[in-house]
Formats: sequence, structure tokens, C-alpha cells
Amino acid sequence: MAHPDILIRARGLTKRFGDFVAVDGIDFELSRGEVFGFLGPNGAGKSSTMRMIGCVSPPSGGELTILGLDPVRHGPQIRAKLGVVPQEDTLDVELTVRENLLVYGRYFGLRREEIRDRTAKLLDFVQLTERAGDQVDPLSGGMKRRLTIARSLISEPEILLLDEPTTGLDPQARHVVWDRLYRLKQQGVTLVLTTHYMDEAEQLCDRLVVMDRGKIAAEGSPRRLIETYSTPEVLELRFALHEQEQAAEKLADLPAERLEVLADRVLVYAQDGDEALAAVRGRGLAPVTSLVRRSTLEDVFLRLTGRQLED
Amino acid sequence: MARAYAVRQLRFWLTNYRRTWKGSIYSEVLSPVLYLGAMGLGLGAMIDKHGTASLGHVSYLAFLAPGLLAATAMQTAMGESTYPVYGSVKWLKTYQAAISTPLRPADLFHGHLLWTTLRLAMGSAVFLVVMTAFGAVRSPWALACLPAAVLTGLAFAAPIEAYAMTCSKETSFALLFRFGVIPLFLFSGTFFPVTQLPAVVRPLAYLTPLWHGVALCRSLSLGDAQLGSSAVHVAYLVAVVAAGIYAGQRTYRRRLYA
Repeated sequence: MAHPDILIRARGLTKRFGDFVAVDGIDFELSRGEVFGFLGPNGAGKSSTMRMIGCVSPPSGGELTILGLDPVRHGPQIRAKLGVVPQEDTLDVELTVRENLLVYGRYFGLRREEIRDRTAKLLDFVQLTERAGDQVDPLSGGMKRRLTIARSLISEPEILLLDEPTTGLDPQARHVVWDRLYRLKQQGVTLVLTTHYMDEAEQLCDRLVVMDRGKIAAEGSPRRLIETYSTPEVLELRFALHEQEQAAEKLADLPAERLEVLADRVLVYAQDGDEALAAVRGRGLAPVTSLVRRSTLEDVFLRLTGRQLED
Repeated sequence: MARAYAVRQLRFWLTNYRRTWKGSIYSEVLSPVLYLGAMGLGLGAMIDKHGTASLGHVSYLAFLAPGLLAATAMQTAMGESTYPVYGSVKWLKTYQAAISTPLRPADLFHGHLLWTTLRLAMGSAVFLVVMTAFGAVRSPWALACLPAAVLTGLAFAAPIEAYAMTCSKETSFALLFRFGVIPLFLFSGTFFPVTQLPAVVRPLAYLTPLWHGVALCRSLSLGDAQLGSSAVHVAYLVAVVAAGIYAGQRTYRRRLYA
């Protein structure tokens, strides 16, 4: 076997559903202690990849090794060491918060006392101690998500898989989840997450791959990806609707590295955003609003695929 | 190892049952009391007056009770193997959660069959006690009705559960009850001997697992069981259970490991 700190290794990993190729021959490696992300829009193949890593979906082709084992032959042994937070809540809403952890802990063959001890710590960690005896059904979306995270940690997994951990949550609930995931990261837990939120990927991931249409478009740390595929600054310009096209034409020969004309705004990629804005004004253009900001993974994605990440 | 995983899933169903056991015990006791009272005693009094040669010279109550025992096992099995299974994959998605643990789809299937076995044993034991209290039992062999009724139930539970995993709409179950369970309940020899059926449809009755279960339970309760025919009944039911297990292992896997 290769390096012991490589927890997951994929080579040419492929998943087909009939004629549809959901994951099209991807390569990646995950090291211990790392937070690794799959960033991409819906339908990019992220969830299919996660299900293959989670040993609940046999690969259609390529190689996949998890903790040195083959997921098809050693599913139970591998899953015993994985924690999974699925995209869709799969809590038993008819049971209480505590019972959900009890049932799940039992699945891992843990003893009752052990589960009780861990439950107390985990509910404290996800701030649900006061709801321990309550039924799950009436909990808010954010609470359910946190409970799912607690549940995934009951077996003290070596790798935690999170599929779109904050999709469908309101901004406040999302920040609470991020905060908890960040703490796990600080504790050295190895996390694999998928997301179509670039701020989520930027905040949490040490390293990520940008996925599009089943393929990996780029790989690296968020900062590295931005350096490689974008400029330090971006100037966002909004024009009155009827002026946008004209304005874009006038901007074509601006001394900027790149120009993206979106439906509602024009993005000018430049080393210095203020300088670019001065140049825009110098051409007699009067944008309704202008904003100079740092480049983000959103810009990386746009550059790599010609499309926007969130819509 | 595999058995241990199935037991983990059985424990889930036990945890789940803690919420509903009171209501279920209530109906498990009440249902045989009502049926045996109304049909066995009420209707039976009229039937017995006209002679019971076609029933084998036993009271209608003694004829009916073991048949109802088997038919009730079928209904319990149907109840357990349709909505609870379907709901676990479609509504609650607890099955999807469980397969992210060491458990495999087949473990969930086996665990639920274990649970159904337990439910059938509990329900059949209660039924047997009520039957005895009604004086409907004619032989100590009636004790063997317990495993016989459980086996009859499993002959429905295993294949139906296999089928439930392939369903994408719960309306399939309404059809199954309407065109499967109710006709079987009425025409498999529970309430009258199948010899009363027209000769053309009689072979159909012999093909149903329920007829084998009813015949087996009845012969045990009346104390006239023959080794040969009992062996045929048991073999038939075991074969149906085995086929259901084979199918269920596949349908569970196909549904959960996409």
C-alpha cells in the first residue's frame, strides 16, 4: 500500500447510470487531517462521488481505495470508520434527539454506556443539549443539520463526509454549522465536503477540486486556485439595462486581463480594480454601481467553465 | 458477523416498537376476541345446528379458530412488510441512514425479517391463548400452531417485503390488500373448507401459501395432523420464504446501492 497518510485514493473513478456518466474518470487523493472539498454546481457529480466514497454506490470504473481497502469488498469495515452527513436529512423524526444517537451508535456496535457518554458530549458540541429528550420532527432545519453532524460523529470516525452540509439553511444557521465544522477542523478531523457555495469552500477547505460535468476542472488550495485562474481584484460594473451591451463593447480594449459579460453585470479582471475603474470612467462610461473586490472561487469557476456556480 | 449486523437492525425495530406497543397489544388481544366471539360463537351456533360433517365433525369454532390464526399471521406480516419498509426508504429515509454504517442492505432486510418473526410469534401466542380460552383447541399439538403460524406469516413477509422495496408509490399496497390479502383471507379455507369452492378454482386455493398455513394450523389444533401432508405444507411454506429472502436480498441491494 502507498503512503499511510493517504486515506482516499481515486484513479479514473467513474460512475454511470445507464448512458449517463455522472462521474467521468476523476483522480484525487486525500491526506489525513486535511479538509478536502468538491466544489461545483448541481449535477457536477459531487454527490455521486461522495456516495462512492461512502461505500453505498459501487463505482462503474476506475480505482478507489479508502483507508487502504476496496469499498466493494470491504464496505462494512470502511463504513465503520466513516461519518456521513448526507445532503438530505435522514434522521428518524419519530424518535427523540437522544434516541437518534442511540440507534445510530448501536449500528456501529457501540455499548449503551459508551453511547450515553458520547451523546452528552456531542449534543453539547452541537448545542442541542436542551433538546435531548424532544422529538426530532419539530426541530428547525439548522438544528436537524447539527443533529445529523452529531450523529455522524458518534462512532468517532476517521473521515467525516459532508454532502452539501449547509444547503437549504438560512444564513444564520449556516454560520453556526460552519463554526462547528471549523472546530472539527481545528481538532484535526479529516473532512471531505461537497458544496456549491464558494464561500463555504473558501472558509473551510485546505484543498479542493473544482468539478464540472463529471470531471475535475482544477485542483489546489483556494488561494492557489484564485492566483492561478484569476486576477487579484475584480471590478464589478452594473449598467442601466439598455446600456449594458454598448458599454461592454466600449470596455473590450480596456487594459484589463479579462472581461466577463454576465446577464446583469460586467466583471473586469484586473491587477488593480481602482485603476480599472478610473479607466472605465475615462471612457465616459457611467455605471449605475461599481464595486472593487478580491477574486473568489466563483471567479475561478467562471473562468474554468464559462458558467456561474450559484444561480 | 452478518448475523450480528442483522441483530443491530432488529434492535432498531425494538426501539421503535417502544412507542407503539400498547396500541398493538390492545388490538392483538381484541381482534381474536371479536372474531372468535362473533363468528366462532355467534355464527358457529347456527352452523353447528345444521350438522358439521363437511367441517369434519367439529364445531365451527374449533374449525375456524386455527384458520383465523393463520390468516391473522398473514395480515400481521402484510402490515409489517409494506408501509414500515416502504416508509423507511421513502419517507423517513432511515434505511439510507443505516447503510452509511457498517450495515449492508441485506442486513436491514434480515433484521426486519427477524423483527417480523418476533411480532408474528407475539401475536400468534396471544391468539393461541385467546383460542384456548374460548375452548377452541382440541389437541395439545395446538402448541405447534405457534411456529406454524409464524412460518405462514413469513411466507408472506419475505416476498412482500422484497416487493415493497421495488415500489415507488404506496398505492401499490392498497391494490395488494384489495386484490391479494382480502381474497386470500376469504377463500383460502379460513372460513369454510376449500372443497366448497367450484372445482375449477380449487387448485388456485391449493397454490396459495395461506391455504397451506390454514391446513397445517387446523390439523395441529384439531389433533389430526398427518406427517406426510404436514411435511408438504411446511416444505411449501419454507420454499416460499426462501424465494422471498433470495428476492429481497436483491431488491434491497438494488434500491439502496444505486
